[in-house]
Amino acid sequence: MNLDLAVVFAVLMGVSILAYVVLDGYDLGVGMLMPAATPTEQDLMVASIGPFWDANETWLVLGIGLLLVAFPRAHGVVLGELYLPVAAMLIGLMLRGVAFEFRIKAEGWHAELWNWLFWFGSFLASLAQGFMLGRYITGFEDGVGYWLFALLVGASVCGGYVLLGATWLVLRTEGELQHKARAWARWGLLWVALGVALVSLATPLASETVRDKWFDFPRTLGLMLLPAASLAAGMWLWRSLRPEVADWQPFAGAVAIYVLAFLGLAYSIFPYVVVDRMTIWDAASHDSALRFMFWGAVIVLPFIAGYTVFAYRVFRGKVRGALYK
Amino acid sequence: MDAAEALLLARTQFGLNIAFHILFPSLTIGLAWFLVYFRLRYERTHDAAWLATYKLWIKVFALSFAMGVVSGIVMSFQFGTNWPGFMNRVGNIAGPLLAYEVLTAFFLEATFLGVMLFGMNRVPGWLHIFSTVMVAVGTSLSAFWILALNSWMQTPVGHVVVDGQLIAGDWIEVIFNPSFPYRFMHMMLASGLTASFAIAGLSAWRLLKAPGDASAMKTLRAGVLVAAVLAPVQIFIGDLHGLNTLQHQPAKIAAIEGIWKTEKGAPLVLFAVPNEQQRRNDYAIEIPKGAALVLKHDADAELRGLDEFEPDRPPVAPLFYGFRLMVGIGMGMLALAWFGAWRLRRGAPPRALLWTFAAFTFSGWIATLAGWIVTEVGRQPWLVTGVLRTADAVGHISGAQLGASLTGYVLTYSLMLLAYFVVLTHMAGKGAVTEVRK
Repeated sequence: MNLDLAVVFAVLMGVSILAYVVLDGYDLGVGMLMPAATPTEQDLMVASIGPFWDANETWLVLGIGLLLVAFPRAHGVVLGELYLPVAAMLIGLMLRGVAFEFRIKAEGWHAELWNWLFWFGSFLASLAQGFMLGRYITGFEDGVGYWLFALLVGASVCGGYVLLGATWLVLRTEGELQHKARAWARWGLLWVALGVALVSLATPLASETVRDKWFDFPRTLGLMLLPAASLAAGMWLWRSLRPEVADWQPFAGAVAIYVLAFLGLAYSIFPYVVVDRMTIWDAASHDSALRFMFWGAVIVLPFIAGYTVFAYRVFRGKVRGALYK
Repeated sequence: MDAAEALLLARTQFGLNIAFHILFPSLTIGLAWFLVYFRLRYERTHDAAWLATYKLWIKVFALSFAMGVVSGIVMSFQFGTNWPGFMNRVGNIAGPLLAYEVLTAFFLEATFLGVMLFGMNRVPGWLHIFSTVMVAVGTSLSAFWILALNSWMQTPVGHVVVDGQLIAGDWIEVIFNPSFPYRFMHMMLASGLTASFAIAGLSAWRLLKAPGDASAMKTLRAGVLVAAVLAPVQIFIGDLHGLNTLQHQPAKIAAIEGIWKTEKGAPLVLFAVPNEQQRRNDYAIEIPKGAALVLKHDADAELRGLDEFEPDRPPVAPLFYGFRLMVGIGMGMLALAWFGAWRLRRGAPPRALLWTFAAFTFSGWIATLAGWIVTEVGRQPWLVTGVLRTADAVGHISGAQLGASLTGYVLTYSLMLLAYFVVLTHMAGKGAVTEVRK
């Protein structure tokens, strides 16, 4: 078999991370929107993500697991550089994850505390993820400018998750909460637009590799389709945030923006797994290990896709009550 | 900071994380099968008390499962950050086993968990039962893969060395390595016992507050009966596991038994204070020729002492005490479960018995932790026996970063564990709520 397994696993890892970002992104976005809602609305918001968050988070384990097992050398470098933001993210995810259960089962001020920790965990995890992305794109360069850039990306990712969370709520809720969610989605979209614009300007400045890839006429002309499509998706999303438009459209628009941004990012980085330092072929595991995992993935992934679709079908429609009620 | 300190910090952090993590799977693997049983009983009897029972215990399950998931994610990162040498050298074997765990177990349990917890009124009964079974299958499969990897680290076979890296020669040999069947059975039974005693203990707690609670009576009985069956099987399997360890990791057994020098007819040390400096046991209470008899079934057989393995041998104290703690609790479980099963047949249990079961609620956790400390510390100084030393696998994370993250983890775990106990005892004290059908 002449399949380039390093490329196959790079694609698999990328898809896992994209799946994680979109799926847990809406969870985290909903978590960050909690303070803006009333207690009854908060229960509905948590109920809209309750059956899914755990499986959504599993994509992170798969993505990071693939980095670990398919590109072990890169795993050491990347996670070594990102040690503290990773720890911050993990603490955020832990607090958020257990808060699902505790906020319902605790009573009095304990319940309040876990509501707050649900928000805080979501926010901390989102900010840390964006920060890590910022550090990653610039190849972990040191300097005030690079750190500020990472913070900027962190803030943008928070905005992006708020957009996903809000459009998810448009899809899954109705009435007053849905009305609010549309307004939140507009703010999220503006935030994302600002973030994407700043990041697009800053990235070529921060990374020579990225600059060379994008500003190379005449290829640049073809590449401009990507930002153009993103702009179109953003405008379509903005227009879909009206009551008379089908409720699935805003979420679909938000997902489209993520897929496009992901493609742009993948194009910027490939074939590096650590920017400017290590390609996927330098970092890949032994063929025997990759082949063993490859066949496992080929056999198992369709099943995962199947029962994931099943779970989403079971819980389709509008949420009308709190969890366990 | 010198290398020894960095190693100690990395080990402390990882050890703390993995010890915190194992509490929850060890409960949920067993509890998942109890849920299947509760769900099936409801399906057959349509007794509202069984439904209430099921609904109470899926909440306990969900809470414990969430604790396990989030601390497990931390581990998936720490494998690489704390032990990059591990992945560099044996990543081609460890990696695929972990990947199979994610692909075959994590997605399965996480996805069907949603349907199990919140989907009872949305899917037909058979599909809901199927989802409950899938969650149980997922948790057990997860144990299968992670124990295959751990057992391979204890007794590695089936690999070849290519350019300093290990790659699998035969995956079947790697997975079904010599200690795997015993360790897997031992852990599954440990989980069954942990869940049984947690169910019995929390139900007893409820009965102390509300005598006559129908649901708590059912679950107390279920927990006690399962424990009464599993406890002797566990002791039998544990013995086989010990004999297997004697064959493959004799230094571990020497440390467990406190045998410092190779000797014929070694005594069984019931209790002592191991003295690492003088390499002997102080204040020992021994049964002459006992160890030789137990381990070799021959009073005059020779047992290899720690002196044969110097300097590559584990520290004695954690193994010596850990093993006795585990066995002591195991014997206590057997006695309590059998007495409880006998007493429950004769009618309502006395309060003293309920209090005893309540006191044993988390006995499974203590025994499981003690057992894991024995087996993991017993592998030292190796990370992978004979292949890779723990000291050679540690990463280059600075002490300040390790210290800062360690502080963060300790605070987070403390908060989570505290909240877990508060909520669990509160839920158990309130008991199952039987819904009156209108």
